[in-house]
Amino acid sequence: MAERVSVRHADFDLSAEVAALRAGDGGVGAVVAFVGTVRDHSAGQGVSRMELEHYPGMTEAAIETMIDAAHQRFDIRATRVVHRIGVLQPADQIVLVAVTSAHRGQAFQACEFLMDYLKTQAPFWKKEGAAEGARWVDARSSDDAALQRWGLNSGNAG
Amino acid sequence: MKIQIRYFASLRETLGAQESIDMPAGSTLGALRDVLVDRSPRHAEVLARGRAVRCALAQRMCDEGTALVDGAEVAFFPPVTGG
Repeated sequence: MAERVSVRHADFDLSAEVAALRAGDGGVGAVVAFVGTVRDHSAGQGVSRMELEHYPGMTEAAIETMIDAAHQRFDIRATRVVHRIGVLQPADQIVLVAVTSAHRGQAFQACEFLMDYLKTQAPFWKKEGAAEGARWVDARSSDDAALQRWGLNSGNAG
Repeated sequence: MKIQIRYFASLRETLGAQESIDMPAGSTLGALRDVLVDRSPRHAEVLARGRAVRCALAQRMCDEGTALVDGAEVAFFPPVTGG
């Protein structure tokens, strides 16, 4: 089986990732994929670049743990997470979470669970560049609330 | 106990990527944070109580009650903002 987690500078191809994820598995009846992208504005200000930092080793291990949790919680078949680091531009792809399952319900839920988990528990930090200068992005308490819906405490932003 | 400390994001910009420190046996992550706060005004600025700081021990998220072990890798960083 291909590796489940890739944290890297290079971009990803959604079609190629989905094709690889379901290749050879005739039991797949649903694929749900989420792609996060760089917005060109934040809090009323233009964003001209986005820089992503991570904690090498811990970041990958944390995402592996989240995928294990998703496979325990939902009836899903395969999962792939790609997260980019380094300098990105507006409209660039940042993150991919793709999940396969026999039926759509479990894949939709697992994909959202993984994104909610990743947003608050995977060590990544975003720095936005704008005409006014660069600033670190603040964590949102709404992301903690999103994880709470799954019965998990975050305490990231709060 | 020798402790290796790593900083990320805004904390790294203020304190550098890493440093090491000796701590008494049995110390917790919270005790380490208190010692670091007293190390310099810059440490105090970013690590003081009330600042939103998360920490990891051996590359796992931990709370400040966690006991340190000799040779441990500890990290301090702001709340995470990936995805």
